Amino acid sequence: MRVNVTVNGTPMIADDVWPGESLLYVLRERLGLPGSKNACEQGECGSCTVYLDDVPVCACLVAAGQAEGREVLTVEGLASAEGGLDPVQAAFVECGAVQCGFCTPGLIVQAHSLLAQHDGVPADVEIREHLAGNLCRCTGYEKILDAVRLAASRKAGS
Amino acid sequence: MDFLRATTWTEALRMKADRPDATPLQGGTDVMVEINLDKGRPKALLDLTPVTELTEWSIHDDTVRIGAGVTYTRIIAELADRLPGLAQASRTVGSPQIRNRGTVAGNLGAASPAGDSHPPLLATGATVEAESVDGTRMIPIGDFYTGVKRNALAANELIRAIHVPVKTGPQYFSKIGTRNAMVIAVCSFGLALNVAERTVGTGIGSAAPTPRRAFEAETFLAENLDWSFENELDPVVTKRFGELVAAAAAPIDDVRGSRDYRVHALAVMARRTLGWAWQERVNGGNS
Ligand SMILES: Cc1cc2nc3c(=O)[nH]c(=O)nc-3n(C[C@H](O)[C@H](O)[C@H](O)COP(=O)(O)OP(=O)(O)OC[C@H]3O[C@@H](n4cnc5c(N)ncnc54)[C@H](O)[C@@H]3O)c2cc1C
Ligand code: FES
Ligand code: FES
Repeated sequence: MRVNVTVNGTPMIADDVWPGESLLYVLRERLGLPGSKNACEQGECGSCTVYLDDVPVCACLVAAGQAEGREVLTVEGLASAEGGLDPVQAAFVECGAVQCGFCTPGLIVQAHSLLAQHDGVPADVEIREHLAGNLCRCTGYEKILDAVRLAASRKAGS
Repeated sequence: MDFLRATTWTEALRMKADRPDATPLQGGTDVMVEINLDKGRPKALLDLTPVTELTEWSIHDDTVRIGAGVTYTRIIAELADRLPGLAQASRTVGSPQIRNRGTVAGNLGAASPAGDSHPPLLATGATVEAESVDGTRMIPIGDFYTGVKRNALAANELIRAIHVPVKTGPQYFSKIGTRNAMVIAVCSFGLALNVAERTVGTGIGSAAPTPRRAFEAETFLAENLDWSFENELDPVVTKRFGELVAAAAAPIDDVRGSRDYRVHALAVMARRTLGWAWQERVNGGNS
């Protein structure tokens, strides 16, 4: 089947989509956007997190057909067109919140959604709650929390 | 596999009548896991997410009618004051991403004994509104669960909404798991006190083939609770309530926990939730 979906602002068409296929598969294998990662395919790790109509979801649990006519924003769409990093991305780099990097795209999108709904710097419990569905096997999370606090404080200060 | 995309509720009912073998698809947090892990291949998927009627909730006669497409995130944000038990249970489901997609209707469709919405639905006496081209059936929640991962829906029926009474007293939910997020309950318990009518509702999760109420515990507590909430909560009553809740369960040993542990934990959760409910009244809960 064919799926029409707007990804990172660009209307796209995926053809020959199998009805049981996930949005994650379509993004990675059919639309050339491998930023969202595939680690578990069961909603446990969050590495596939994308925005679907402004709501962060696990792309591995969205059927491709459910994205028909809707808007998806992936980690590739967060940086500016000129390549300037989103403040959350910049903070991850600066804080050393990236090791192997596999969890990073999902964490960036999910952290981005926390700051989008928050004016000040979220309390640590809020950050932990918000990122509870994103697993990282490398960093031990401390530097990820540092990065979210840094991005949030810059946003609050600006 | 076919992908059927319903855009209106009428269309969804017609599609389900034509294709009773189609698996309804709402948030996909159960259905897609099965497909991804190749645990089952539906003949067809019937996508209900484009049906906007399903994403609404409304209140009639002190009952909230929650459309089948209302997510956990929205229940937490929009209904916590009226349906505290269900909102507390919703907060424990998966992770933010799962709560952004998952629905109570999907939890009922899956009918896992461990589903977190079941204890508060049982405790509050909810009703499932099922509909097909033949008409509407209002199924009392106690009749909805028919076996492990089985429910009372007919092959041509869909869940339209869940009707949950607005709170009439304190409601609490408790769940045992290995961490705070992303856990399937080892066991769980929901309590609802109806202060005006002096009745008690309970719901036990993950400790029997289906979610179930603890009837004897409910009757005991209704008769023995000091409904004036003026004296101290009687420890003898609390202890007996816990024992009766545990006695109503029929748990098994499995990877998540042993039978004995579940029985023990249920008594603890029953006592704890009763303590919280009591405290809410004493602290001037006006419900
Ligand atoms: C990582 C992860 C963590 C999870 N954690 C929890 C948890 O903590 N607690 C918990 O209870 N669950 C948990 N779940 C399971 C799941 O999220 C819930 O059962 C959720 O309520 C399912 O809702 P859904 O809308 O996504 O359902 P779907 O996957 O869309 O559907 C589930 C079932 O319901 C049927 N169905 C859906 N809508 C209807 C309808 N309108 N009429 C008739 N049938 C319908 C479907 O055919 C299917 O059989 C978790 C799942 C994942 C992936
Ligand atoms: S790949 Fe989607 S949550 Fe792990
Ligand atoms: S950096 Fe390796 S999994 Fe997080």
